[in-house]
Amino acid sequence: MADNVLTMRYGGRRSRDIVATVVAISATLFGVGWLVLILGALLWKGFSGLSVAVFTQMTPPPGSTGGLLNPIFGSLILTALAVVIGTPIGILAGTYMAEYGRYDKLTSVVRFINDILLSAPSIVVGLFIYEVMVAPMGHFSGYAGGVALAVLVIPVVVRTTEDMLTLVPNALREAATSIGLPRSLSITRICYRAARAGMVTGVLLAVARITGETAPLLFTSLNNQFWSTDLNQPISSLPVIIFQFALSPYKDWQDLAWTGALIITLTVLALSISARALVRTGKQS
Amino acid sequence: MQNPERRPVVDVVMSERLAISAGAATRSKVLDRLRLGDAMFRNLTRTAAIGVLLLLSGVIASLIQGSIPAIKAFGFGFLVNSRWNPVTENFGALPAIYGTILTSFIAMLIAVPVGLMIAFFLTELCPQWLRRPIGIAIELLAGIPSIIYGIWGLFIFAPFLQATLQPFLINTLGNVPGIGSLFTGPPYGIGMLTSGLILAIMVLPFVTAITRDVFEAVPAVLKEAAYGLGCTRWEVVRNVVMPYARVGIIGGIMLALGRALGETMAVTFVIGNAHRISPSILAPGTTISATIANEFNEAVGDLYTSALIELGLILFVITFIVLAIARYMLMRIERRIG
Repeated sequence: MADNVLTMRYGGRRSRDIVATVVAISATLFGVGWLVLILGALLWKGFSGLSVAVFTQMTPPPGSTGGLLNPIFGSLILTALAVVIGTPIGILAGTYMAEYGRYDKLTSVVRFINDILLSAPSIVVGLFIYEVMVAPMGHFSGYAGGVALAVLVIPVVVRTTEDMLTLVPNALREAATSIGLPRSLSITRICYRAARAGMVTGVLLAVARITGETAPLLFTSLNNQFWSTDLNQPISSLPVIIFQFALSPYKDWQDLAWTGALIITLTVLALSISARALVRTGKQS
Repeated sequence: MQNPERRPVVDVVMSERLAISAGAATRSKVLDRLRLGDAMFRNLTRTAAIGVLLLLSGVIASLIQGSIPAIKAFGFGFLVNSRWNPVTENFGALPAIYGTILTSFIAMLIAVPVGLMIAFFLTELCPQWLRRPIGIAIELLAGIPSIIYGIWGLFIFAPFLQATLQPFLINTLGNVPGIGSLFTGPPYGIGMLTSGLILAIMVLPFVTAITRDVFEAVPAVLKEAAYGLGCTRWEVVRNVVMPYARVGIIGGIMLALGRALGETMAVTFVIGNAHRISPSILAPGTTISATIANEFNEAVGDLYTSALIELGLILFVITFIVLAIARYMLMRIERRIG
């Protein structure tokens, strides 16, 4: 009798545990399954369009063949511009937070604000740059697109720089100070060197983040169907071209959009995997 | 001759760079120069840190400035007006706000339980060798740009839903009195439900990664004590880990919610861009970000542009509040661990 009650109670707990286990395993399969489905679709749809022409020809008018040379070039330029503008600011701000003002009020405020910027809607950044650059200048431009992307680079770099510099052991700083090295030199010559792998990771992650960003470019760098290297003019970029081509009724444009999507995804995956590898080698050494 | 390794830095600097021209008497000058460089570098970093603050204030200020014409024209009514008519220049934000909140709500409804269960799997059930690959796969999912979700959603996911899930919902739940009206109308494929589902896939990695981290931060002693009492793994997670990690979980959920609310491209592709509030969640609608992305470049006239910027301002304020709560809660749990 008592045995029965116990078996029932234990049985109930056991079956609940089994149910939870099954649900957890299915949830994981569900989560990982999307990655497989999305990558599968991208490879299937995008790979067939991948050819040399994609990298050597301009975007075509509807109904003819062409490539993605101008948007690829535009994306590279915009990304480079964003990194050139965003990285120094991000590294300097992160340096202040980790080295000079680690326990400051200012640092905790900046950290809080930076974390919010990190996940702020990117379309709002596009509106911001439109207001402060495009509207006063009177026209869309590659510069505006680059600055908009830089606004997205800064928080990522600030965050990783601060984290990585915080990990540098204090003994290094003390040793530098003991031979009379000024603070600024001990930071740039010693701490930066010790935290280099992590800081490069931050930049890689930032590039991965902006590679596929579309929303901030829509009303800053706009788009350009033709070859243009003038940053003062609208410039083409891969994400915006994908957006335009995918929503068009033309089959060739849609195919090109898939190919562009594949290129972007592979770039982002390569960037985030190398960032990860870099962190791991940094930890081992 | 001194051993170079044992000289103070100031002497090294002098001998290597300046001493040739300036001589020994300028030792204090070199020190001054180093001091000046030091102060300049410090101020430079401080300026950059303040620059981050200015960036955020700049965003807010420019959005407010841009939306002044719309605020003047529509006042508070902008928030509750459900019309959006560019021809008569009568603009209201209600359908966009409704769509933003509804799609995010659908996303969280799915992503939160699934994310929690994946975290449970990764921290308690998963064999050690499988943890890293699954963790990485989930994080890669987080790295895929939203435009990829958009194009995939438009060409693959929406037609799939149109053929399967949506007719199923219409034929089953659509006939249930009460909630039935949520699932009426033709299966468009695109619409609020599709957008919500895509957002769910997008924010799932965020929920999973953060809950996994806070689950792992629960002291092993607590879990071992519960196992020692004879708890099953589910009981340990349900009664020990989750209550302990509650603040962190909520922080993670809010962070994911912030992402979902502001997400643009994935939603723009599949929402349908219809400025109306329909009772059915299968119907096309719009969100704040999709409206801006679709219409900003075509907006004619200052009032139209300004109304769109005011939409951006509303979106920014909503996400700011959500993200601020998220960060506050995650900071609390970090302090407890640290």
